[in-house]
Amino acid sequence: MALKASALKVGDTHSERVVENLSRTQIVQYAGVSGDYNPLHTDEVYTTQVAGYPSVFAHGMLTMGLTSKMLTNYVGDGRLTKFGVRFTNQVWPGDTLDATATVEAVRDEGGQRFVDLKLSTTNQDGKEVVSGSATARIDP
Amino acid sequence: MAKITFPVEATHIMMFARAIGDTNPVYHDAEAAKKSEAGGVIAPPSFAQAVAQFDPEYYLRPKPGQKWFGSGKTPSGVEGKPSSSGGLHAEQHYEYVRPLRPGDVLTVETKPGKTWERESKRAGKLTFRERVTEYRDQKGELVMVARGVGVTTERPVDQG
Repeated sequence: MALKASALKVGDTHSERVVENLSRTQIVQYAGVSGDYNPLHTDEVYTTQVAGYPSVFAHGMLTMGLTSKMLTNYVGDGRLTKFGVRFTNQVWPGDTLDATATVEAVRDEGGQRFVDLKLSTTNQDGKEVVSGSATARIDP
Repeated sequence: MAKITFPVEATHIMMFARAIGDTNPVYHDAEAAKKSEAGGVIAPPSFAQAVAQFDPEYYLRPKPGQKWFGSGKTPSGVEGKPSSSGGLHAEQHYEYVRPLRPGDVLTVETKPGKTWERESKRAGKLTFRERVTEYRDQKGELVMVARGVGVTTERPVDQG
């Protein structure tokens, strides 16, 4: 389902819980499919004893992927023209994340309507783990 | 940097969608996807990162006959501090011309971008390095551009 410009206004939001109690196994799944086997994400012994972190943590790109799920559910499939994020805090096993898109602008460019969105994904303590923005083609 | 050939495959897309917990049929069900607005299976927005699978030199994949810096008999398989231990992903940005689809054979080229430094209370001196990657399809047309920023920290990020 695509968004309609006529039904959108600045300040509208869409939120989804994109993961509950993130498992180490899901992080392993992401390592396997993405090809990023950095032991910081899957190897507790290395990460705690060599790298000096309290535990393994998620790939930033897993958090971006989780955030994208909310985004494509909102704007529809194949509609994004831009999607960018900053990783502002690490995501740990056990975290529960909520992703939110907020409408910043609805505009026209060359006869095509677009929506500009601000993105924020937060953990169970309200700490932001991803901030970003996206632009999508929408219907009139 | 050498160009990488990245064949986009339906099974890879299905597994990627599973890893991000996305049950949208447009990523795994060819019949349902055909009837959808996308007109067929497409890849999720951040799928292009999986190009690492097709980089023969990718340093974050263990390779036969080479020492791996993760744990085995000892906490790290290499002596001293692994060079990549302080590397984290700071930013990722995509610009899309069209979605990636199974059957696409992409030619992927990465060029270094800007480098800058900043002091941080939580992790000491931060060194940021930008990389810009262009993805072109089998017709030579640009389908997406990725801009990634990696950061090397002086010490592990303080969690306080």
